[in-house]
Amino acid sequence: MKKVKVATVWLDGCSGCHMSLLDMDAAIISLGRKIDIVYGPLVDAQEFPEEVDVTLVEGAVSSQDDLNKIRKIRQRTQILVSLGDCAVTGNVPAMRNNIPVNKLLQRVYVDGSEEKKLIPSDRVPALLKHARPLREFVKVDHSLPGCPPPAKAILGLITELLEGRKAEAGQPVKFG
Amino acid sequence: MKRITIEPISRIEGHGKITIHLNDEGHVAGAEFHVTQIRGFEKFTEGRPFYEMPGITARICGICPISHLLASSKACDAIMAVRIPPTARKLRELVHCAQIVQSHALSFFYLSAPDFLLGMSSNPARRNVMGVIADYPELARDGIELRKFGLQVVEGLAEERVHNSWIVPGGVAKALAASVRERILSELPAAKAIIERTIPLFKRALDNYKEEIAVFGSFPTMYAGLVDAKGNAQFYEGNLRFRAASGEIVQDQIAAEDYKQWIGEASLRESYLKAPYFVPQGFPAGVYRVGPLGRINAADGCGTPAADAELREFRERFGTVANSAFLYHYARLIEIVYALERIEALLNDPQILDAHVRATAAVNALEGVGMIEAPRGTLIHHYKVNEEGAITWANLIVATGHNNLAIGRSVQQVAEHYVDGAKLNEGMLNHVSAVVRAYDPCLSCSTHADGSLAMRIQLLNAEGALLDEIAN
Ligand code: SF4
Repeated sequence: MKKVKVATVWLDGCSGCHMSLLDMDAAIISLGRKIDIVYGPLVDAQEFPEEVDVTLVEGAVSSQDDLNKIRKIRQRTQILVSLGDCAVTGNVPAMRNNIPVNKLLQRVYVDGSEEKKLIPSDRVPALLKHARPLREFVKVDHSLPGCPPPAKAILGLITELLEGRKAEAGQPVKFG
Repeated sequence: MKRITIEPISRIEGHGKITIHLNDEGHVAGAEFHVTQIRGFEKFTEGRPFYEMPGITARICGICPISHLLASSKACDAIMAVRIPPTARKLRELVHCAQIVQSHALSFFYLSAPDFLLGMSSNPARRNVMGVIADYPELARDGIELRKFGLQVVEGLAEERVHNSWIVPGGVAKALAASVRERILSELPAAKAIIERTIPLFKRALDNYKEEIAVFGSFPTMYAGLVDAKGNAQFYEGNLRFRAASGEIVQDQIAAEDYKQWIGEASLRESYLKAPYFVPQGFPAGVYRVGPLGRINAADGCGTPAADAELREFRERFGTVANSAFLYHYARLIEIVYALERIEALLNDPQILDAHVRATAAVNALEGVGMIEAPRGTLIHHYKVNEEGAITWANLIVATGHNNLAIGRSVQQVAEHYVDGAKLNEGMLNHVSAVVRAYDPCLSCSTHADGSLAMRIQLLNAEGALLDEIAN
């Protein structure tokens, strides 16, 4: 059987959703027989591959880089999943949304430094005005809420997708 | 002048990129380490009630959320001006040790083992945890089991593996159940056996990495970490010590609330991660390193028998103060031994099941600082509040920040040694990424992450035009 190509992507999130994914523990060994992780923070991937079956995305869209990336990923992915509250609703990254970006940068790099009070500008990407959820920029096929979604829910969704069934939402999730 | 960009650095927790500048002969002239995003927790938490801070700041990082919960709760304890019950203190240390085990296991087995076992210049498509599972199934299973052990301790105490609501201002939410204590004690021997198998394996492998040890961030700096009154390394309590590469203690027993006297922060044009420095020596001379190597270099010992035996052997081989960043990996393994020993001692403490685990109080001080040793190094949360307890100002110094200057220098050293601009190859550049990996930087903590996970290496000319490109 051909292995299913899975990618995982980390935009503006805390990596907690990726940790929850790893929290399937040894189930990753048997899953490894059915899927290839072709891209993601755990692998030295190439450029995002041309054709991916399932992409799980953690985090909100927060910078111009995030936006370019998610558009390209959408074009190259069959099934796109918003993994966790940051991707689904904006969650914690969106807490900055009522503060102008320059005020935020001013606070951290000018008021918050004793030396070299300056706002970074060399080869670092610009922030978008707001951190927003994925579905505001691209079509999302499945959403798995939770901060983070429980490992069982993630494994459950992947299993359903592997078996070609339509995944059910409504897993128990929580914040705080 | 030409420029190579490595973006992003793969198999680290978060996203960064590296720029290598080449001179006209193709030799490395300079290198920069960039952290590419910023979330602004210091600003957007203004106005939040102080007791929400642990829950909010835990979302800085899903790998070591417990570090933020602890540093934040300690700052809140100070705002409430309470001394938390002794059992609460012990339970906090217990959950913290468990987190150190899981976080170090992730760094070693999942992120860096592919370099050691499969080779720094091996096929990048297989150079990952899945490749390790295929080629070294026993070691991979050990790594998975060790990480799981740490997380099951966390789960047993705090109910959640990632973001728990158990660590709270004033202590912890619930006492430890006797059944959980028994369960963890019964699982401990298997966890210890894993690390006892892994350390000899790693020590043997070290002989293959003499070259890396010599050039991976191998230069004298100061080291910093928390120590107790006897000078033993501490993860949860203690005060900060700075030790010079010569072995001399530069400053000792710095209390959390005095950190600003000793640690300054500088902004960098090329990175969203600020660079802390040791104030008496100024910026950028006051470079120091934290994290596993920083801690074992700064401390006199661990204070537990098995870890101290490993540490003695380490020092016989590399000196009392070891300067190579490659040795972070070794230090991480010694710290796993130490954390497992602490878990055992704490579980056997007669007070550990005590029901009194939380102190309550309102705002009794308008300022509080919490300082702990996160897996990657010293973490400081500093808050100011108004009479109602709303945050008016917050400052966070995260572990990876302290290492910012040293990582930059290490990248330069490795690039100078391995990178030849005339004939680029992927293995060369993986070495540059590997030195960053050695520090196990948490860029998620540092500001947060940016998304591109591929590694693309570009050679640009001075005008920024693309001369050569390879993808790994
Ligand atoms: S949803 Fe929660 S766990 Fe996931 S990235 Fe966002 S803050 Fe982290």
